[in-house]
Amino acid sequence: MTTMLNRNFLSKKRRRQIKGGGKPQWRQRRVLPGLPLTLGLSVTYLSLIVLLPLSTAFVESAGMGWREFVQAAFSPRVMAAYKLTFGVALAAALLNAVFGLLVAWVLTRYQFPGRRLIDALVDLPFALPTAVAGIALTAIYARNGWMGSWLDPLGIKVAFTPLGIGVALVFIGLPFVVRTLQPVIEELDAELEEAAAMLGASRWTTFRRVIFPLLLPALLTGFALAFARGIGEYGSVVFISGNMPGKTEIAPLLIVTNLEQYDYAGATAIAVVMLLASFLLLLAINLLQRWSRRRIGHS
Amino acid sequence: MSGFTQSHLGHSARSARRALAPSPWTKAAFIVLALAFLALFLFLPLAAVFSEALRKGWGTFVSSFNDTDALHAIKLTLLVAGIAVPLNTVFGLCASWAIAKHDFPGKNFLLTLIDLPFAISPVISGLIYVLLFGAHGWLGPWLAEHDIQIIFAVPGIILATVFVTFPFVARELIPAMQAQGNDEELAALTLGASGWQAFRRVTLPNVRWALFYGVVLCNARAMGEFGAVSVVSGHIRGETNTMPLQVEILYNEYNFVAAFAMAALLALLALATLAAKSLIEWRVASQLRADERQPDNTPLHKLAKL
Repeated sequence: MTTMLNRNFLSKKRRRQIKGGGKPQWRQRRVLPGLPLTLGLSVTYLSLIVLLPLSTAFVESAGMGWREFVQAAFSPRVMAAYKLTFGVALAAALLNAVFGLLVAWVLTRYQFPGRRLIDALVDLPFALPTAVAGIALTAIYARNGWMGSWLDPLGIKVAFTPLGIGVALVFIGLPFVVRTLQPVIEELDAELEEAAAMLGASRWTTFRRVIFPLLLPALLTGFALAFARGIGEYGSVVFISGNMPGKTEIAPLLIVTNLEQYDYAGATAIAVVMLLASFLLLLAINLLQRWSRRRIGHS
Repeated sequence: MSGFTQSHLGHSARSARRALAPSPWTKAAFIVLALAFLALFLFLPLAAVFSEALRKGWGTFVSSFNDTDALHAIKLTLLVAGIAVPLNTVFGLCASWAIAKHDFPGKNFLLTLIDLPFAISPVISGLIYVLLFGAHGWLGPWLAEHDIQIIFAVPGIILATVFVTFPFVARELIPAMQAQGNDEELAALTLGASGWQAFRRVTLPNVRWALFYGVVLCNARAMGEFGAVSVVSGHIRGETNTMPLQVEILYNEYNFVAAFAMAALLALLALATLAAKSLIEWRVASQLRADERQPDNTPLHKLAKL
């Protein structure tokens, strides 16, 4: 019967497909079209805009010779800039981890008037141009500014000191911590907290032993993102830092200074060190995010 | 026995509920502390921009824009964003179609490469273009021979801006397309649609809010970029100064009111971006609710009705 049907009612092509065990045409089109075109365009554009320009820094520094590279990338002035950049970025990211967790918790768990407006404004550092943030912070913390006129009599100087750089990096990094934590706090299973409370745990013990371990991967991811952004930050820092060599001169500024003096080798050497640090952080962030996803998946 | 268990359980459920609700004092202290932190680090700088801009009154604020250099900076910023944003939008659509709708080896690696500009200091983003196109760069001699200037000119500013805003649209579109799945497009294909029709009539309507949000973010960064543009621009007044660079020049000349007036314009752009983001979130949430109520309101059903 089947053979009859095949012979009489199906087209030659369709018969060949059934006979050869091949799937009918519409079944073979499980894959959407356009992959070669879109992937080809994407990779070409990526190579021209990102990869080719980026390779110049590495090729240029490879042509420098080891001694020249070390001299340019690790001179005392540059070392002081690295120490300042990484140290202040680390301190700012730590402060953001603490207060970012608090802000994320308050915005997700508590209801209060104006909550949605404040939640929307947390993204301000993403949207506000860094130069605008830079001059605004300088105006606030200068000796005659809103905060400066309070702090100056107390002997606390913020503008044109490392403290000022820290303030700028806290501003820039905050949304990274808050926005990484918020979805995880939202997804927390209420039953876990109920179970802990039923077993007699206090609120604080529940937070420390149940909630915090669940939030830790996301908190570390947010911290690493804020730190990574902090070490490369330029616009918001240059205005408030005062740019004194060896004291308040950050590494990205040193790259610009070298370029302005046509010292391309010096600028490139520092850039390569900073790029390698960024790539290591990017790798760490990817691993943290994988860990974070696994942790949430299990809970 | 069972009576005891019942009352015992009832008691612990009550105490559990009490333990779960934070004491009003803790809650109030947390809220006050969080708001104080946000006020100090976020709201104060925003308020300072407008307060400084209007320090000498509305008239001075408005007249600071009546300056050829300031107007040129605004025009240049619009031009740069007008080229960089469409380029990165087309790339974002291509990349998300390839990555979210298909499987191929090396997909995760490609995703990491797309994210690269986010991880790189803006200053380095500018530097690499100087190394490529500058007078001493790889293509410098060839460009000089053909009398093409890229660095310290508008093309360099556009290229640096394209680099720093590269991932924004793709980054918003990829998760949105992945969440949508391929079923609706495959159904459209079996109904006889071409690949392009499936993309335009099914995929695009499904991800339109993610696309819009990506474009808005990309535009905000394109107009506000400072570090990368500052390295390649050369700061030629009335020629290669974008709005953020104009802010810097005016500020360094102690022309604070004009600097903050231009900064206020950029801050308004940032606030508009945040407003657009909130609007999109609100639209998406209400759309999700509507779709739950009316299950046949999906783009696929609309397509079937055509």
